Amino acid sequence: MQLRPILSSLRRHKLTACLLVLQAALTCAIVCNVVFMIANRVQRISVPTGMAENELSVIQSTGIEKGENPQARHTTDLAVLRAIPGVQSAVAVSYSLPLDQSESSSGLCPSKQALDRAMQLNSIEGSGCMEPAVYDGTPSLINTLGLRLVAGRDFQPDEYVSAGKPAVAIVTRALAQHLYPGKQALGQSMYDGDNYIRIVGIVDKLLRPNLRKPGVDDDSMIWPQRPDRAGVLYVMRSAPQDRERVLQAASAALLKASPSRLMDPKRMQTYTEIRAEYFQRDTTMIGLLIASALGLLFVTALGITGLANFWVQQRTRSIGIRRAIGATRGDIVRYFQTENFLIVSAGVLLGMLLAFVLNAVLMQHYELQRLPWFYLLVGALVLWGLGQLAVLGPALRAAAVPPVVATRSV
Amino acid sequence: MFGYYVDMALRSLKRSPVLTALMVLAIGLGIGASMTMITVLHVMTSDPLPGRSAMLFTPHLDPLPLDHKHRDDGPDPTDNLTWPDAMALLSAHRAKLQAAMAGGSLLLRPARADLRPFTVSGRYGTAELFALFGIPFEHGQGWSSGDDASRARVIVLGKTLDRKLFGSASGIGQTVRLGDSDFRVIGVTADWRPQPMFYADLSAQSFGDTDQFFLPLSAAVDLKLQINGNQSSWSKNDSGEPMTDAEMTWLQFWVQLDSAAQVQAYHQFLMDYSAQQKVLGRFQRPATEAKLYSLMGWLEHKNLVPTDVRLQLWLALGFLVVCIVNIVALLLAKFLRRSGEISVRRALGARRRDIFLQLGIESATVGVAGGVLGLLIAELGLWSVRRRPDDYAQFAQMDMSMLLGTLALAVVASVLAGLLPAWRACRVQPALQLKTL
Repeated sequence: MQLRPILSSLRRHKLTACLLVLQAALTCAIVCNVVFMIANRVQRISVPTGMAENELSVIQSTGIEKGENPQARHTTDLAVLRAIPGVQSAVAVSYSLPLDQSESSSGLCPSKQALDRAMQLNSIEGSGCMEPAVYDGTPSLINTLGLRLVAGRDFQPDEYVSAGKPAVAIVTRALAQHLYPGKQALGQSMYDGDNYIRIVGIVDKLLRPNLRKPGVDDDSMIWPQRPDRAGVLYVMRSAPQDRERVLQAASAALLKASPSRLMDPKRMQTYTEIRAEYFQRDTTMIGLLIASALGLLFVTALGITGLANFWVQQRTRSIGIRRAIGATRGDIVRYFQTENFLIVSAGVLLGMLLAFVLNAVLMQHYELQRLPWFYLLVGALVLWGLGQLAVLGPALRAAAVPPVVATRSV
Repeated sequence: MFGYYVDMALRSLKRSPVLTALMVLAIGLGIGASMTMITVLHVMTSDPLPGRSAMLFTPHLDPLPLDHKHRDDGPDPTDNLTWPDAMALLSAHRAKLQAAMAGGSLLLRPARADLRPFTVSGRYGTAELFALFGIPFEHGQGWSSGDDASRARVIVLGKTLDRKLFGSASGIGQTVRLGDSDFRVIGVTADWRPQPMFYADLSAQSFGDTDQFFLPLSAAVDLKLQINGNQSSWSKNDSGEPMTDAEMTWLQFWVQLDSAAQVQAYHQFLMDYSAQQKVLGRFQRPATEAKLYSLMGWLEHKNLVPTDVRLQLWLALGFLVVCIVNIVALLLAKFLRRSGEISVRRALGARRRDIFLQLGIESATVGVAGGVLGLLIAELGLWSVRRRPDDYAQFAQMDMSMLLGTLALAVVASVLAGLLPAWRACRVQPALQLKTL
């Protein structure tokens, strides 16, 4: 294929060709960054919590009976919940579950010296202390949530406290490594300012109720403290298909056990719903990003087709002449395809440059990471493919121009 | 001449229906996406209290110790005032009207047997709150400063809550049991829901919520009622009385100032107050840290627009730019293809500016059609935004100014897109073109 005639014909349509190049470049730049953002969000929403997510459902209850003993209420309620057919186990927790938003966290130091260091710095940063999310709960929390114990043991019945702070805790593997880097964390005593808390077990993973930043999202601690407030969250484990039925039965059973309580219908959910709610903005954003990327590609394809159509109409006579002097249909199709390839290639080159500029701007304002180069490659391939596809129709129409056109005057 | 050009434009557009449809579709998509996001942003940054907002200001003091380090991800403690500072500003009475306030959610136990207990959120405030914000009353009135002083157990209900509790007869004189105390109903306000809730602790609540009751702040402190917003304490020792502690901020404070001179005087008063507190040893930071925000200035300072919404806006505008470039290319091809026709017109005496006008009108016609399509797409977009569970989403409605803005943007965009092609087409050499015909 000879490039010279194509180039010289493009030179005659400099402005139009430039505009098409510009459009391809802008599309390439935006689409590369949009795809990268989609990948980031997908990664964010698929973070594992460490729990048996699809087997859990929760129900919130707040006792409003005056003078009621909350812990006695919880014990009775749990017995009622466990009696529901299909419920394998049930526990009560004070605050929330991973990705459930309301969080209790507390400063925790590997040693007393580290705490002194933190006091001196007047900041937790750089002192070796961490700020893990703290989960409490009634016995068998580990089993009910389906957490994987990788070292040590679960709490023993006599370790549970009804008021005050427990003396032992189970931490996540991430928190163990952050507090005691390079050391055996099991058996160490953490200091919280008043008390020492001994690590008796390590679980593989347990996410925070609120994500902060990737490094510390998995810093959580569980301690054997029974919830002691009137408001409590009951967590039930059942087979995935039983969850809806279990929730209905649970709300009826709890109201029967004691009608003087508040149960927010919005806080009767399966864990799948809790998770979806937490990432709702991200899923909306993913949808919008996909829609805008597709929209951009669609508009660009429209532009290429529209222009190619015009050029085919405009060049009908010269196509006829070329056919008359021996060019095959394949030659004509290839001519338009090569022309399109040249334009899109120029657009892609410029687009890669723009993609990096756009990425730099986004990095500054929206905490986006640096764009990995293979996104550019994907962007280029998509645009080349799209261009070829968009030009195919007009090119075939051009190839259908009979040589006899050459002999007619316009 | 204008009508003739419009007619010519329509004829020309009809001659290549597919291309015209492509252009209208492109501009419609771009405008629709952009206007959806611009409307969302417009709603989020609009004036919550038109007419009164210019007179409302919120003072801010900085009682934090010098060595206090503020966590990036936490709320700013100086967003709110401490109890002693709020009471001092209140009793100084330097503004025309002033009120301290805080939000709270309480358990309400209805007297009616057919209603189960439920939680309601409302506001604890001082007497001038109603006059300050111009909250309209349906029945009764607010409380007096005497009630503030005597910590009276009185309450003003929102219309919706009043209806729910007492049916069609207003509940004036009745009692309502909130938390563990009885309050006597002295007034019922009409529905009043400024969006965003500028006077609330904006880090805790902003869009969507409304106050269903108002009761005296002094009574709330007396009964230690629950508070909704952030309570930032930097106290090293626990006083046991957190609400009245001098080292915990939790109160919002608003004043009405009618003139620039009053604003200036009040700001000076705040700085004098800070300086005085510094002399007394309670404040450590410079007196210039005392700030006075206007209502809109405060909203801007708090930046209520989520980064995702800004990102969506930029995405939509980027999309519009690509659509415009697309249309420029298509119009250019279209106009240049008509070189012959243009040359004939030029040869018959049409000036360049006539050609320019004719082609400009043709692009504007595409713009109007694209704008109408864009409006439909934007309405569809806003409908999908309203279905999001975000608190701001339900307010995403297009008003008249946005409606006209959409059409204007579409026409401006398409005329701009037509400029370059039209200019290029005007410069066709008639002699050259006519020769080849």
